[in-house]
Amino acid sequence: MSAPNLELDALLARETRTTADLEALLSPGADARIQSPGGLEALAKASADLTLRRFGRTVTLYAPLYLSNFCVNPCVYCGFSSRQQVARATLGEDQIRAEAASLRDRGFSHVLLVTGEDRRQAPVSYLERAIHVCREFFAHVSVEVYPMDRDDYGRLVAAGAAAVTLYQETYDRGVYADVHPGGPKADYDARRAAPIAAAAAGMRGVGLGFLLGLAPWRDELRGLFVHAQEVARASWQTRLAFSFPRLRPAAGGYSPAHPVSDAELARMIFTLRLLFPDAELVLSTRESARLRDGFLGLGVTRMSAGSVTTPGGYHEKSPAGEQFAVHDTREPAELAAVIAARGLDPVWKDWSEAMTEAP
Amino acid sequence: MPHDTLTHPTPDEPLRIHDREFNSRLWIGSGKFASPGILAAALERSGAHLVTVAVRRADPSARGGDPAFLGIDPEKVFLLPNTSGARNAAEALRLARLGRALVGHAWVKLEVTPDPANLMPDPIETLAATELLVKEGFTVLPYMHADPVLAMRLQDAGAATVMPLAAPIGTNRGLRTRDLLEMILAKARVPVVVDAGLGLPSHAAEAMELGASAVLVNTAIATAASPPDMAEAFRMAVRAGRLAHLSGPGRVLARAEASSPLTGFLWDN
Repeated sequence: MSAPNLELDALLARETRTTADLEALLSPGADARIQSPGGLEALAKASADLTLRRFGRTVTLYAPLYLSNFCVNPCVYCGFSSRQQVARATLGEDQIRAEAASLRDRGFSHVLLVTGEDRRQAPVSYLERAIHVCREFFAHVSVEVYPMDRDDYGRLVAAGAAAVTLYQETYDRGVYADVHPGGPKADYDARRAAPIAAAAAGMRGVGLGFLLGLAPWRDELRGLFVHAQEVARASWQTRLAFSFPRLRPAAGGYSPAHPVSDAELARMIFTLRLLFPDAELVLSTRESARLRDGFLGLGVTRMSAGSVTTPGGYHEKSPAGEQFAVHDTREPAELAAVIAARGLDPVWKDWSEAMTEAP
Repeated sequence: MPHDTLTHPTPDEPLRIHDREFNSRLWIGSGKFASPGILAAALERSGAHLVTVAVRRADPSARGGDPAFLGIDPEKVFLLPNTSGARNAAEALRLARLGRALVGHAWVKLEVTPDPANLMPDPIETLAATELLVKEGFTVLPYMHADPVLAMRLQDAGAATVMPLAAPIGTNRGLRTRDLLEMILAKARVPVVVDAGLGLPSHAAEAMELGASAVLVNTAIATAASPPDMAEAFRMAVRAGRLAHLSGPGRVLARAEASSPLTGFLWDN
């Protein structure tokens, strides 16, 4: 199947796009055209134009706050894997407060709370408490933790969580089984059902993604598209977000079987923008400064900065193991200055506590 | 015996809403700009005296941040807080109260948009929020669909203006709701401010020609290659449209009409 130039031009000119358009954009037959510099340029322009109209000249900044790196899952690619001999820690309330104050001092109003999967170390009640503490410091508190059922997500919504991020890691069941050889995470369907449950529970934002490199990216993008549609159907009031976590060196030295090139990453970002004009697109410090700066204005709307991927690493040096190696190590203020120099407004606060207050 | 006199408004006559007068009929939304400096330059060239600001963006406790709104001087431009991001009346109420505390007056542009994809205003929650906010003493300017009945309901509930959309927000598509806007303009007692979807100065001129009291523009100016130039273009278009409305536009005809009379022969002698 091929997508001739004229078809691509028409696709890019349309205001809305369909599943057939996704197939045209993913088609290997279109590779020669799309992955030529001119083809990617056309995609970038359409993506940039949509992003500009929907989001304006803005990029919102957030920081991850790692609460706990205890994990019962033996995932082969992850620095927190239960098979890794790394120092483990779970932050107490005073430590969370110290980390939050440190991030707030750097300017952040949006924070993403992260844990591994260990429900004894970080039960839902612990997360409720952490959200409560963080709401003293931040307008927007989101979580990236283990999958839950609708009732537990409802508890997080009531505690004031604005969004949940949960990557399926891969939509290829075979690969999924290979890289998740045990623990509760081995249950593909339970994980896939969780974001839908979060939306149904009233979570205002739901973030999806897969680990770039585990399986062929075209199939992954199809899987993500179908998953996102199910989340959107579960709640018409939920805003979708997509992240693009490319596998980075981590403890254990896993090397991805299907590495994704920079040009393929760009094609994925532009394709998702074209299919989901209003979705948040997130690019974390896993990527290089060169690449993150390059994507400014082209589709990405949220960026982390100055990230530390160990529990307790912001206000003092932490001995705990990190989840992955950060690539872009610039301080938040430095990134904000780069964003401004590119003609975009670095937005520190795009949320009000009044929008997530318990009724 | 004195007759009621017909007054002829002039294009420069200020727009009165409650106890305030606005000398410009172009209102600006402050979102989506690349920097506060560019917003300030666009405001200056637009001649606007009212700018809407999102309460959710304000950060009074930011370290070294902007405690008020984007460095706009409230002595020069009236800051109208909006409740964007609210999904329901309860959230809109909380945002309105935060906005009142920030700007020190009780005017609010009410936005209730539970659908994050198209930001369509929720008519039911908007009406409920208007009733509650009016009861609390707010001057309420609700963003709404171009629904003539809803406009009357909001007016009856005490809204100070109605702000129907021309097209989905951020789409730059112009007066897609023109027929409905005409019905609203024909009936409304309160000023009608056309909001959302105006992508070009000609769209703004068209709204003013129809009789809108003012227009609100954000995306078209903020995302232009040169926001200050586009702001000035909108200023001129709004004034042109207003002047055209007041000067009594001719009928719009489907086909050419001879300017020499067809029945002239009757009077030839």
